[in-house]
Amino acid sequence: MSPLLSVRDLSVTFPIRRPGDMPWTRPRGLRAVNGVDFDLEPGRTLGVVGESGCGKSTLARALIRMVPATGRATWRGETDLMALTPSAMKRYRSEIQMVFQDPLASLDPRMTLGQIIAEPLRTHRPDLSGAERRTRVAEMMERVGLLPQMINRYPHEFSGGQCQRIGIARALVVEPKLLICDEPVSALDVSIQAQVVELLRELQRDLGLAMIFIAHDLSVVRHISDEVMVLYLGRVMEAAPKEDLYAAPRHPYTQALMSAVPIPDPAAERTKRIIPLKGDLPSPMDPPSGCVFRTRCVRAAADCSEKVPRPGDEAHRVACLHPGPVREEERAGAAPA
Amino acid sequence: MVGQAEKIEAVAERLGARAGGGRSLWADARRRFLRNRAAMAGLAILVFVALFALCGGFFAQWSNEELDYMVMGQVAELGGPSLETGHYFGTDDLGRDLFARTVQGTQISLAVGVIGALIACVFGTVYGATAGYVGGRTDGIMMRLVDIFMAVPYMFVLILLLVMYGRSITILFIGVGMISWMEMARIVRGQTLSLKGREFIEAAQATGVPGPVIIARHVVPNLLGVIAVYATLLVPLMILTESFISFLGLGVQEPLTSLGALISEGAGTIAYGTMWQLGFPLLFFVLTLFGFFFVGDGLRDALDPKDR
Repeated sequence: MSPLLSVRDLSVTFPIRRPGDMPWTRPRGLRAVNGVDFDLEPGRTLGVVGESGCGKSTLARALIRMVPATGRATWRGETDLMALTPSAMKRYRSEIQMVFQDPLASLDPRMTLGQIIAEPLRTHRPDLSGAERRTRVAEMMERVGLLPQMINRYPHEFSGGQCQRIGIARALVVEPKLLICDEPVSALDVSIQAQVVELLRELQRDLGLAMIFIAHDLSVVRHISDEVMVLYLGRVMEAAPKEDLYAAPRHPYTQALMSAVPIPDPAAERTKRIIPLKGDLPSPMDPPSGCVFRTRCVRAAADCSEKVPRPGDEAHRVACLHPGPVREEERAGAAPA
Repeated sequence: MVGQAEKIEAVAERLGARAGGGRSLWADARRRFLRNRAAMAGLAILVFVALFALCGGFFAQWSNEELDYMVMGQVAELGGPSLETGHYFGTDDLGRDLFARTVQGTQISLAVGVIGALIACVFGTVYGATAGYVGGRTDGIMMRLVDIFMAVPYMFVLILLLVMYGRSITILFIGVGMISWMEMARIVRGQTLSLKGREFIEAAQATGVPGPVIIARHVVPNLLGVIAVYATLLVPLMILTESFISFLGLGVQEPLTSLGALISEGAGTIAYGTMWQLGFPLLFFVLTLFGFFFVGDGLRDALDPKDR
């Protein structure tokens, strides 16, 4: 079976004008996403993690053609989404829906809940009558756990968790095949996060959805994903099935991220060692030569600045010249938490 | 336990009762507006002026064109405001009833103000929202065009228009509408730009809602507050412009009149002891302006509470 979505060499370059540039000077390019590959099977979930500014959200926006991108994204083995004209893309917009990060900001404050959830239906299913539309909206509301009498209320009357449920209902009402969740829970309280993640899992199971789940919280991603992809400065650092990645991370960046995850056991938490990341994220305007992570890597060697590591083709892909489990000296150099 | 279940049911019922209709942002704004005393006073004044303009004619004992030959020539002595002669506001220099003339002048001034502001709202909103939403080069061209138009001294152009095409009220409407939309377009464009970055617009785009529909369904409704405020502040400006033109003797033509024309006539005879000829039109002029400004301020506070 061909994958639902097969992405090859996806890159996004933003033209950046410095203040004071003449109108005719060519803007410099900022590569927000650089040569990303992945396959997504129907009904599976791909988790995308990385620091702020690593291109996670840009990747999501590129897939729904909200930012211009190059490369290929083959949908159901037949259509290249990146090559479609905007009007041809419209057909596929009902099959790929998105849930946004800020639950309240993603809802129009002047519309009632019913109008908000009905909007994708009005766009993609103009053949439906008003009554049919209302039934579908009501079904969807029940599905995501919203009470039917809330239908005439406005977004500002709801809590963040409820707003995110509305966002999910709006995305799912047109029965998409793929749901892209751009940090759907990072703006919510921890207790609400669990509810929303559970809801997403449940809906995925019931509707056979594929999901791309973007987050910077490794434990949330671990909970919901089948496969996990780690991004750094727009490049894939490591991608593997969830069990592999969490049990045996091979890229020093992934290892550093994992070592920083809090352990819910005070004793273990006290003895835990965090592998430090040196310095700050380099400017994406001029990324380091060779391996982009080398400036902050504990394992950086001379060849790291020369050769660009490419992730391989196997199930567990690592873009590192010196991959491997955490070494003893790295652990020794790590600061106690 | 049974008691508790009943209690829960009661609570649920109460929740259900209040759940019927949501409180929209408009309802909130209305509540704030109704609590604003100055704005309500302004609204009362406006209602009074509007009623005066609409129904004043029924109370007039003289039409606005009739000449009262009894007072002609002795306007200063006999033409003063009085209930006996039926000239509640007195007469003008030619012996015409000033009450009827003020009613008519208020009608014309309000019409010019409201229609001018309406043209500005419709055209300026469409233009500004389109420029802001489309963005890029289109936006640049559209807004530079506005800049160029704005650089033209509009009063000069308006006077030229009136001189060239004759002094008609249609030309006045067109002229006033033509100059008023540009400021509106700028304000709307700025607001659209800030709206465009909001996630709910992005959500609509991601769903595939076409651009014009997004403008109509998401952008404009969220701008209505700004537009309403600006429109109420624009009406008095339009009235002022019209009055100024009429004051110069270029605006509306006899037998039509406007508050500006009446004030101009009244000011011309101020030296002959006929203060009422200036006083009454001026009173309605000032009342109208105050009313609109207070209502505009109240609307701004009601629709944008964060602004204060």
